[in-house]
Amino acid sequence: MMASGTIGRGLHRVRSALPSVPPQRRRTYLFAYGFLAPIVALFAFLRIVPIIYTVILGFFDWSLVNPAHTFVGLDNFINLLSDPNFQTAFLNTTIIAVGTTVVSIALAYLVAAVVAYGGGKIGGLIEILFFLPVVTPLVPATLGWRSILDYQHGVLNAISGIFGIPNQAWTTDPTLAIVSVIMISVWAQVGYNMIILLVGMRSIPRLYYEAAAVDGASTWKQVRHITFPLMVPILLFVTVITTIQAYNVFTQVFVLASDVQGAPGYLVPVLVYDIFQNGFRYFNFGYAAAEAVYLFLVVIVLMLLQFRLFNRPTD
Amino acid sequence: MIHRRRLNPIQLVIQVLLVALGLVMVFPLFWLVSTSLRPAPELLAIPPQLLPQHWTLDNYANAFAAAPFGTWLLNSLIFATISTVFILLTSLVGGYILAKFKFPGNNFLFILVLATAIVPFEIYMLPVFLEVQALSLINTLPGLILPYVILSYGIFFMRQNVLASVPDELLDAARIDGLSETGIMIRLVSRLLAPALSALAIFAYLQSWTAFIWPLLVLNDQNLFPVQLGLAQFNSSVSVNYAVLSAGAVVAMAPTVIAFLILRRRIIEGVTLTGFR
Repeated sequence: MMASGTIGRGLHRVRSALPSVPPQRRRTYLFAYGFLAPIVALFAFLRIVPIIYTVILGFFDWSLVNPAHTFVGLDNFINLLSDPNFQTAFLNTTIIAVGTTVVSIALAYLVAAVVAYGGGKIGGLIEILFFLPVVTPLVPATLGWRSILDYQHGVLNAISGIFGIPNQAWTTDPTLAIVSVIMISVWAQVGYNMIILLVGMRSIPRLYYEAAAVDGASTWKQVRHITFPLMVPILLFVTVITTIQAYNVFTQVFVLASDVQGAPGYLVPVLVYDIFQNGFRYFNFGYAAAEAVYLFLVVIVLMLLQFRLFNRPTD
Repeated sequence: MIHRRRLNPIQLVIQVLLVALGLVMVFPLFWLVSTSLRPAPELLAIPPQLLPQHWTLDNYANAFAAAPFGTWLLNSLIFATISTVFILLTSLVGGYILAKFKFPGNNFLFILVLATAIVPFEIYMLPVFLEVQALSLINTLPGLILPYVILSYGIFFMRQNVLASVPDELLDAARIDGLSETGIMIRLVSRLLAPALSALAIFAYLQSWTAFIWPLLVLNDQNLFPVQLGLAQFNSSVSVNYAVLSAGAVVAMAPTVIAFLILRRRIIEGVTLTGFR
């Protein structure tokens, strides 16, 4: 790899340079390397090695019950493609990720726009009300939601009942359960997105709007030609962050579908839950790692997308 | 809409709608608190009532009697505190050295830190588990804390802050005054970075307080559970009614919610400053 070559050359340069540097500079080097070494060690042990190890594991038949770890090439990756559990999990997760991203960003944009341009004195209150879910741990939050979504005694069905809508099985119908998961995820994410979008909107100089207004541009034209183009990079950032986060959905599903009768997570299988199952219930680490690599690929594609779009000049 | 005009009726309607939406956002939290304060028979009311008819704290007493919530809270406190201290330390030192010391591999290390900051923990949790297992730390507090002693984003964030707010001239002046490199870092740099460190501390604390999947993987002794995992197990145990469960949920969320209400300005500023979640 190119990178390791750079490091090798670098180390060589240090070694040959050391005797000639004055004592003061040598002490500085000693300080830098001495303090950095334990951090780099931790960083390597807890981040770099596990990430690389995940990819390697994916190529092995590696299970705790069968300690003879054998190299199986692409078998895990190929088998996964025809595994109905993986297919369902991937589909569910994608639906949840897209739904969460689209709804939470659209809603966040709307709220941020009102707060930034027409919020008056309520801006601070809105920020607090919307951000509170972001700092609420997901386990208790989901328990609250499950009670609200309850078929018989839930508040949501009681309210929709007023409008003549019959009770819906929000947590036990497979399709509606996905809607419920999206609802909870949006709820937990929208405040964060709003705050970030608000930063962007507030950084657009008022002068632009004033100049446009002098030229007779309507509010819609100002939004279309000033706000939106300037917001594209930040929207992209929020989209990528939200999608990555939503692809890792786990806690909501684990808690929402777990009660005395039901095993957790069976109702809406998602990717991380399936990785968890394969790894820690069936102890098939190689298979689970291959699944994690697919999730990793999603993250990488999203990142590349962001870099590509970022570097494109906006018109 | 763009200009600051006097409040017209349309704006008023929009603001009322917005506040209503805001109240919907906090409703799940309100609902948990309200449910936790009512006697069990009231849970069956149709339609459900917003507030309890008879207020009671029995559910809290029952929750603490039925499960070791006190121990769980203490475990969360230990977990979050140690994790935060380590993350502050590793981020400050790592960020400072990456920002101010030119050494071979500096740039490469920086790119690695930035790249791993984006990779979610769920992707590489299996090997981390195998490593912790190899260290015989499964089902121990150190095993729980270990993956949380370092934060790639924290190192990146501190590096950017050092570049922005620690001038080289100041460091050189301190060196001329005879301060050691370690002294400079501890006495000078950490003080200049106090605002950034406090923003980082809030998020490090929040991160471990809300952590769920790693505790679930690494722990099976319920006396070691942090409160989120404890609550999830409490939820799946038999003979718990929703009022008692809600009391447990309020206990698990109260520390972060109360901390947010106290530090709200600082936390929201922290998000706008760091983009950190």
